[in-house]
Amino acid sequence: MSIAVKSISSAGFDIERVRADFPILAQKVRGKPLVYLDNAATTQKPRAVIDAISKYYEGTNSNVHRGVHYLSEQATNEYEGVRKTAQKFLNAADLKEIVFVRGTTEGINLVAQSYGHANVRAGDEIVITEMEHHSDIVPWQFLSTERGAKLRVAPINDAGELDLDAFAKLLGPKTKLVAVTHVSNSLGTINPIRKIVDMAHAAGSPVLVDGAQAVQHMKVDVQALGCDFYTFSGHKIYGPTGIGVLYGKAALLDKMPPYQGGGDMIMSVTFEKTIYNRLPYKFEAGTPDIAGVIGLGAALDYVTSLGIENIAAYEAEVLDYGTKALMSIPDVRLIGTARDKASVLSFTLGDIHPHDIGTILDQGGIAIRTGHHCSQPVMQHFGVESTARASLGLYNTKTEIDALAGAIEKVREVFA
Amino acid sequence: MSDLRDLYQEVILEHSKAPRNYRAQPAANHKAEGFNPLCGDHFTVYITMEGDAIKDISFQGAGCAISKASASMMTQSVKGKSAAEAEKLFETFHNLVTGHAHSNGDAELGKLAVFSGVSEFPARVKCATLAWHTLQAAIEGKQEAISTE
Repeated sequence: MSIAVKSISSAGFDIERVRADFPILAQKVRGKPLVYLDNAATTQKPRAVIDAISKYYEGTNSNVHRGVHYLSEQATNEYEGVRKTAQKFLNAADLKEIVFVRGTTEGINLVAQSYGHANVRAGDEIVITEMEHHSDIVPWQFLSTERGAKLRVAPINDAGELDLDAFAKLLGPKTKLVAVTHVSNSLGTINPIRKIVDMAHAAGSPVLVDGAQAVQHMKVDVQALGCDFYTFSGHKIYGPTGIGVLYGKAALLDKMPPYQGGGDMIMSVTFEKTIYNRLPYKFEAGTPDIAGVIGLGAALDYVTSLGIENIAAYEAEVLDYGTKALMSIPDVRLIGTARDKASVLSFTLGDIHPHDIGTILDQGGIAIRTGHHCSQPVMQHFGVESTARASLGLYNTKTEIDALAGAIEKVREVFA
Repeated sequence: MSDLRDLYQEVILEHSKAPRNYRAQPAANHKAEGFNPLCGDHFTVYITMEGDAIKDISFQGAGCAISKASASMMTQSVKGKSAAEAEKLFETFHNLVTGHAHSNGDAELGKLAVFSGVSEFPARVKCATLAWHTLQAAIEGKQEAISTE
């Protein structure tokens, strides 16, 4: 009794019951209990998400927005119901500000292609940061190259925090867009989005926020943040792969040209003239990932039922425990020591290559990511080719951190 | 964790810490770069060919213990061999690390047999073969950097 009460009070939810919601976590890997610490790459799925997808295919499967028949009506209702769920989840002002996309990468590409083509001209500037994921660098390089615009990069300090003074100096009348990550995937740094938005808006530039590593760890309120675009992926918040959300302020989305052409995004088509559909359908060409959307809805409901604030508080406690555990191991260098951090423990171990660390940890059933984490500029900043990265989800425990620390000691023994 | 010791054999660890023939050769007449874009490993292999013979071979770069030890031991194994013999040895080595070894390949492999444990770790085959792919590109005189992907 006292143990159960204790675990509820520290997590705000019963961690053992939560773990039981994720079928995959029960398995053994290489004879050891699976310790899944690769949540920044993708998260595991609770039974509720898996069941929602099965239930859709077993009982509701049909195309949306088209049929007069019963199943199509049901599928459309469920699909559009998730749009409401996502609106509420992000606290968007209007339902039509929620566009379903394949994931964060597509959300960013949509804005780069659509907003970018309509607004960025030769000599204009786009401002990003040194800690962006490649998916928030390359689409802007495409756009800049095509338009003869300039990509400006705000630097980070050695803790992995954005240098706000340097960022301020990059803003000016030429700035046409600021794109910034909410939480860094390789460092865990939480950026001060509200402050960044205020600075960018003062310079007359809208702001896109890459929320891929944020929505699963903290409450995101797009109106409170004031950002113009916010995008995230379903699979990083316990939902399926291949689905995500782009939020955009209606006034901006309205003026933007479509991103892709096809069915569903049109009002009427003749060979002379096509009239585009209204928001958000203008940006949803073709049959969408209906099952994915329904799975995403179940994931957002699941996270909401646990309480995102509870998740944030619990993960902060485990992250703190993990930080201390790793820092007590000789030769461990933590990459990313920002004051505001979420989920990520990126590290190197002496001159032992992260790939070797990853293999030895895997032998102990521990899944981490090794490599450059699609953030090569960050690696360059810290003078490393790659790091080992343990990243936390809502189901990770201090016991698992102990297993991680023990396995890192094992790596040191092998290479002693 | 006995299978870890199969992968990280003493000889491999020793070569990874003190790689042999680890130097640039400014006068080399064959040279190639190899990358593994997934982990950022990269090596440059330098060869001085005399006729068809590998008179001198060296390498530089950064990588994990497996890739570095493999590069180091590769340079020792192919030095003095003909291009065709080196290619043949790569084939035998490739069979070894992918678990398709023939029993009669052992003699030819010599010390390289310590890499047999790699076949139990499919994710690490690319590490073990990166330097060899780079060697192949250098011999063939390919201009573009080669990639494991």
